[in-house]
Amino acid sequence: MTGQATGRATTRAHPGRPGRLTRNLSAKIASIPMMLTAVVVFLGGTLWTVLYSFTSSKLLPRLKFVGLDQYERLWAAPRWLVSIENLAIYGIFSLIFSMVIGFVLAALMDQKIRFENTFRTIFLYPFALSFIVTGLVWQWLLNPEHGVQSVVRAMGWAGFSFDPLYNSSIVIYGILIAALWQGTGLVMCLMLAGLRGIDEDIWKASRVDGIPMWKTYLFVVIPMMRPVFVTTLVIIASGIVRVYDLVVAQTSGGPGIASEVPAKYVYDYMFQAQNLGQGFAASTMMLITVAIIIVPWAYLEFSGGRKRV
Amino acid sequence: MKIRSAIAGLAATVALPVAASHATDLEVTHWWTSGGEAAAVAELAKAFDATGNKWVDGAIAGAGGTARPIMVSRITGGDPMGATQFNHGRQAEELVQEGLMRDLTDVAERGNWKEIIRPASLLDSCTIDGKIYCAPINIHSWQWLWLSNAAFEKAGIPVPKNWDELVAAAPALQEAGIVPLAVGGQAWQANGAFDVLMLALAGKDVFLQVFGEKNAEVAAGPEMAKVFKAADDARRMSRGTNVQDWNQATNMVITGKAGGQIMGDWAQGEFQLAGLKAGEDYSCLPGLGVTEVIATGGDAFYFPQLDDEAKSKAQEVLAETLVDPKAQVAFNLKKGSLPVRGDVDLAAANDCMKKGLDILAKGNVIQWTDQLLSADSQKQKEDLFSEFFASATMSPEDAQKRFAEIIATAD
Repeated sequence: MTGQATGRATTRAHPGRPGRLTRNLSAKIASIPMMLTAVVVFLGGTLWTVLYSFTSSKLLPRLKFVGLDQYERLWAAPRWLVSIENLAIYGIFSLIFSMVIGFVLAALMDQKIRFENTFRTIFLYPFALSFIVTGLVWQWLLNPEHGVQSVVRAMGWAGFSFDPLYNSSIVIYGILIAALWQGTGLVMCLMLAGLRGIDEDIWKASRVDGIPMWKTYLFVVIPMMRPVFVTTLVIIASGIVRVYDLVVAQTSGGPGIASEVPAKYVYDYMFQAQNLGQGFAASTMMLITVAIIIVPWAYLEFSGGRKRV
Repeated sequence: MKIRSAIAGLAATVALPVAASHATDLEVTHWWTSGGEAAAVAELAKAFDATGNKWVDGAIAGAGGTARPIMVSRITGGDPMGATQFNHGRQAEELVQEGLMRDLTDVAERGNWKEIIRPASLLDSCTIDGKIYCAPINIHSWQWLWLSNAAFEKAGIPVPKNWDELVAAAPALQEAGIVPLAVGGQAWQANGAFDVLMLALAGKDVFLQVFGEKNAEVAAGPEMAKVFKAADDARRMSRGTNVQDWNQATNMVITGKAGGQIMGDWAQGEFQLAGLKAGEDYSCLPGLGVTEVIATGGDAFYFPQLDDEAKSKAQEVLAETLVDPKAQVAFNLKKGSLPVRGDVDLAAANDCMKKGLDILAKGNVIQWTDQLLSADSQKQKEDLFSEFFASATMSPEDAQKRFAEIIATAD
């Protein structure tokens, strides 16, 4: 309603000019609600959160400013530091592995194999599961008494030990395994789409020149797939920063605080500890992390007049 | 939610001309979901239904840490339930200050709560600015050590009489393949176990100085160093627990896989449900057999402000029902907790509950951390102790240093 009214007002304001504003008018009117949502909910919510992160709000938001106190406490909290470290380990490894495994799978798929559809479905299926289900499944698989360890032991290797979820120093890798299992299929599909977009003639030309296949992939195809890589990177990276449900389902942050992640810190302090200010400070730090990832990408992708490969 | 209440409304309009009674549905949220707890809450529902109203059960699984955020966001988000459980003390403090909770002073005066509710600190925790905002339902004391007689029999040693004996018995238990002390993985369990150790070993005065007065010097002092040494023992004894939920840990004691567990009296409901008999199959040591003091934390029901008049009436009825002697007995017997009034007959109580009642009658009571510390400080403690209990490398001295820092900034 509001959207339409605004739209009409805009039209009336420039009666004689058929210029840029009135072009595709219906499309613009249609997008006004979404634009309002973006501005009010996303931008407004963000600013509100940042503002209140400088207050001493407890259970309910109150405008009592305390300067940078919340941030000082945040960066002195061992749990937050563990969370950041975990996020870094998880982030770097899941970025590298999901890209590499995803691309290799896609390249293998691209060899005109038989039953490609079947394989593609199998690899993509885990992505259809929520993180909660994934987390629970892997919690069972990695449980020393029911999962992989007991199976291997039952096969005869009695000394075999594999219980990442109960070992503080490697628990984050247990979570990483589950995340890769779930996410690699999607990366594979994106990469496969990219590979299919490469002109057959390129392949023919490289074959005529006698370039080995791996070299063609590495030096010709991958540079041509840059946009696909960038998109994949952003999708994976944003998934990494907000990882939460997987941890909750698999370890709920344990043992102790060994597998805590920033998003869980935000939730726990906002709602369990009834300390909104602290939660907002932590979520503002997460926003900054995301901004560090998104801004350079947006700059690269949308800066006009740049030549495209 | 909307659809459900719409349907309920429709159903009411249909039913009204026929029945013309004053049956009002009241949704009650709580986190009592383990076997013993669910049996206890069914007693409350029965008592409330008997008044002609209807108890709509809103159980939220996953312990208080999961349930409280849901309750709070429903109240602040404008979708309040009829009544909700909290641990009385400071969890609902801000909701009350914001005027979201209903003042129960009238009901309390009518029911003469000031006289009958005992110890008086229970009602004090419900009182803010001279007005009463909650109806206490039970006393929950954390200070219990539950021991499996079967486990000690298997290890060939007598059942310990206090904490030190359990520590001494630990090697023999471990040799028999038994975990000496079960501590579940959830953060609040390690935190609670520590508080219990602290009250038992350092005593009432130190406990109140640290948590009541937030005295960081005492927290860093030699008395507390002893407690951290004991916590270090407890940590070593808890290796191999590998379960998350408290009732799973209690189950290890029930089945004799663990020697003992430091857990509140709610564990008793689990023993009862498993058909075990106090004194024969399991033993209980209040205050770890060292300091016989029990804390008067517990559960209480808070009533959000509602516009609906019929529901407000039903809230009053529920508040009265909760402190009613019959409901008190039925509920607390099933739950293994202590009633909030001294004038009820608990002849059916078992050995362990009688020990608790005795201590209560002697007046050896103390306020618990839920009443003394804010949720924020409690959470910081939880982070510290869950890390400490899971870590193989964190020294008791480091833990004490961090503990003192938390106390220094606590509120």
